[in-house]
Amino acid sequence: MKNLLLKISDVTMKFGGLIAVNDVCIDIYDQDLVAIIGPNGAGKTTLFNTITGIYTPTKGQVKFCDYQISNYPPHKICDLGIARTFQNIRLFKNLTVLDNLRLGHNTRVKYHLIHALFKTKKYLEEEKKIFEESMELLKLFHLDEKSKFLASNLPYGEQRKLEMARALASKPKLLLLDEPAAGMNPSETKELSDIIKFIRNHFKIAVVLIEHDMNLVMEIAEKIFVLDYGNLIASGSPKEIQSNKRVIEAYLGTEVETL
Amino acid sequence: MDYFLQQFLNIGIFIILCHGLNLINGYCGQFSLGHAGFWGIGAYASAIYTVFNTFQLPPELNMLIAIIVGFISAAIVGLIVGVPTLRLKGDYLAIATLGFGEIVRIIIMNTEFVGGPRGFTGIPNISNIYWVWITAIIVTFFMIRLKSSNTGRSIIAIREDEIAAETMGVNLFKYKLFSFIVGAGIAGIAGSLFAHTQLFLHPSNFTFMWSVIILVMIIFGGLGSITGTIVGATFLTILPELLRFFGEEVAQFRMTIYSLILIIFMLLRPQGLFGTHELKIFKRGLK
Amino acid sequence: MTQDQIYYLWDILQYFINGITQGSIYALVALGYTMVYGIIRLVNFAHGEFLMLGAFCGFYTLRLGLPMPMAVAMSMLGAGIIAIITERLIYRPIRNAGRITNLITAIGASLLFQYGGQILFGADPKTIPPVITDKILTFGEITISTIQILIIAVTAVVLILLWWLTMFTKLGKAMRATSFNLNAAELMGINTNFIITFTFFLGAALAGLAGILMSYTMTIEPMMGTMLGIKAFVAAVVGGIGVIPGAALGGLILGIAENMVAGLYKASFRDGVSFFILIVILLVRPSGILGKNVKEKV
Repeated sequence: MKNLLLKISDVTMKFGGLIAVNDVCIDIYDQDLVAIIGPNGAGKTTLFNTITGIYTPTKGQVKFCDYQISNYPPHKICDLGIARTFQNIRLFKNLTVLDNLRLGHNTRVKYHLIHALFKTKKYLEEEKKIFEESMELLKLFHLDEKSKFLASNLPYGEQRKLEMARALASKPKLLLLDEPAAGMNPSETKELSDIIKFIRNHFKIAVVLIEHDMNLVMEIAEKIFVLDYGNLIASGSPKEIQSNKRVIEAYLGTEVETL
Repeated sequence: MDYFLQQFLNIGIFIILCHGLNLINGYCGQFSLGHAGFWGIGAYASAIYTVFNTFQLPPELNMLIAIIVGFISAAIVGLIVGVPTLRLKGDYLAIATLGFGEIVRIIIMNTEFVGGPRGFTGIPNISNIYWVWITAIIVTFFMIRLKSSNTGRSIIAIREDEIAAETMGVNLFKYKLFSFIVGAGIAGIAGSLFAHTQLFLHPSNFTFMWSVIILVMIIFGGLGSITGTIVGATFLTILPELLRFFGEEVAQFRMTIYSLILIIFMLLRPQGLFGTHELKIFKRGLK
Repeated sequence: MTQDQIYYLWDILQYFINGITQGSIYALVALGYTMVYGIIRLVNFAHGEFLMLGAFCGFYTLRLGLPMPMAVAMSMLGAGIIAIITERLIYRPIRNAGRITNLITAIGASLLFQYGGQILFGADPKTIPPVITDKILTFGEITISTIQILIIAVTAVVLILLWWLTMFTKLGKAMRATSFNLNAAELMGINTNFIITFTFFLGAALAGLAGILMSYTMTIEPMMGTMLGIKAFVAAVVGGIGVIPGAALGGLILGIAENMVAGLYKASFRDGVSFFILIVILLVRPSGILGKNVKEKV
């Protein structure tokens, strides 16, 4: 019996008169590999933002492990074990690849400024650990050779991988990926699907992705949630979703009535 | 000889000032235009201590306490200014800090106790070039160690991308406030050293123009670079003296040249001389 | 009521009137700030210097013996042209380089005009030849000069004309469109570069007008625009930056508050009033009294 990791209960997100997310209920269990899909503007990223604390839900609650995180600020939510990537890639552009990773470790670092100022044993040990763990993660993503590159100098596909690596550096229990395959060609997407499966199996964490690339979604997702205009219109296995009429309508529209 | 010593001393003080501003503007990316105000608070507070205290302490101890007083007083003002203003963004933060800097100056100007518009005289000469340069080296060391600590990394991440930093666990408010308070405190240290070498203080030493001059120094050197700060502070402190060699006429061009430096650098090389890079010797310190 | 109390009330009214006059000047200058910020999100620190440069243009025009209307025209035109040149050479290349870069550049431009002006015009203050005689009118305990009336009247006319321009002309519509969304306006066929340059010109011309008006009551020197510019900026922020009526409102509030504090309390705190009001507004309602809130998309 798997543990319930994230419980989104009746979450509604309103911006003035606009309802971006409407009464959505989603349960994510430990080590789930789940996809959230839906047409553009369906509220998927807004939902992510609500989970990670960038927005506070207008109504409803978000519960992670046993914590009510609806009101928590983003940094506290990261401490608890949720990490994410962004639709528009938010890397630290002027820092090196390695430094981006190092920052990912920040929530787990055990020394204080005093230790750093005087280069104590604790500081040196922790920094060594951070360095080694960062390089290991980079190796997984084939970025170790480029550790000294500036993040902004990486090609697009590698920037996305770096963002994922950075998120993993914080040792999350839940990883949220916002359109990780955007802008990738088929071979990159295949590599990505292997990476995502590997991440879930190797790190034993739950992964939720927002995606438009249906091949990727159908290939790796074990469960799919479909949003449309902020409403959750369907959920189920890939097979179920593929034949779900409402989902097809949402993407393709209804047929024009013949007169 | 005296003249060169004086220049050397000035450079030291400006290096400390620039490190303070570099922490706020360069590392953390928060645009503060009120730095001279913190400088002034540190200067006046430390002078109040040395001039009005009745402990009969040896001058070295007095100077040390004066430096601490300078740091703490400026840091406290940094806290008072930072808490309400740090939630503002970009230009609004800049204008708010400008406002605070001016308010500080106007308050000093209207405080008879410290001489107001006539200035504060009678400050004991307990500082000297050794105090200034040893402090400058210690502050430089602090900045280097900070950069390679996780506190420093968090602060720099805020500059790079606030939202990403926050999502990766960085408590924005805490680290912005830290930068502000410590940056202000460092300016206060410079103020205490300044007060005890100049022996006379006047509010006109701490105007918005001086905040801009310090800003020009770190932009010239490169925001966020320790090497750049030192080079910028050194060069732009000496510049007016260099100009004087070409005659008093040319020396008047000082502020015009500073303004041209700002414009030209922003147009052609906004990252300053050193960008965010460091020279080899500092890089070793960063390991 | 006692005699003292009555005089006190008259004093308040006097300060109020002085405040409206001062506020009108602030409003004229604040308009330029607010229009430029509304269109390209730039705080043009050098705006105060456009006022100064306009005043100098007017001064030299009068010195040449030309009549007052010419001087006013030259002030506005001179300031406007300098603004156009500044925009083209300095602000346009860095338009997309980030707010802080723009702010720093504007500070640089401001200093350049101030200190360059010192070298060019000399730092000594100048007075304009007395072309218009200033009559003092007395109404009981209140004095008001014809110059003060002129300033208030001119500002009112300017505001009306500006309102007509932005609301009822095609150009005004283009200006509003550009300030809402530059890219969209561009795509709709609006020549946004021209609109931006025009906005700079207009704002600076108004500052130049304020400059020549002010030169009746104060001396002209290269630093005259600095403090005034900062205060006008505060006025724009208080009223709601980017919103044209906001500039007028902010200017009046600031002018009246300043004169009240200086008159009723302590004159040396005069400058502090603006900064104090600024801090309060930024903490309580950063978008200003009439301003609107904009959120960043994540």
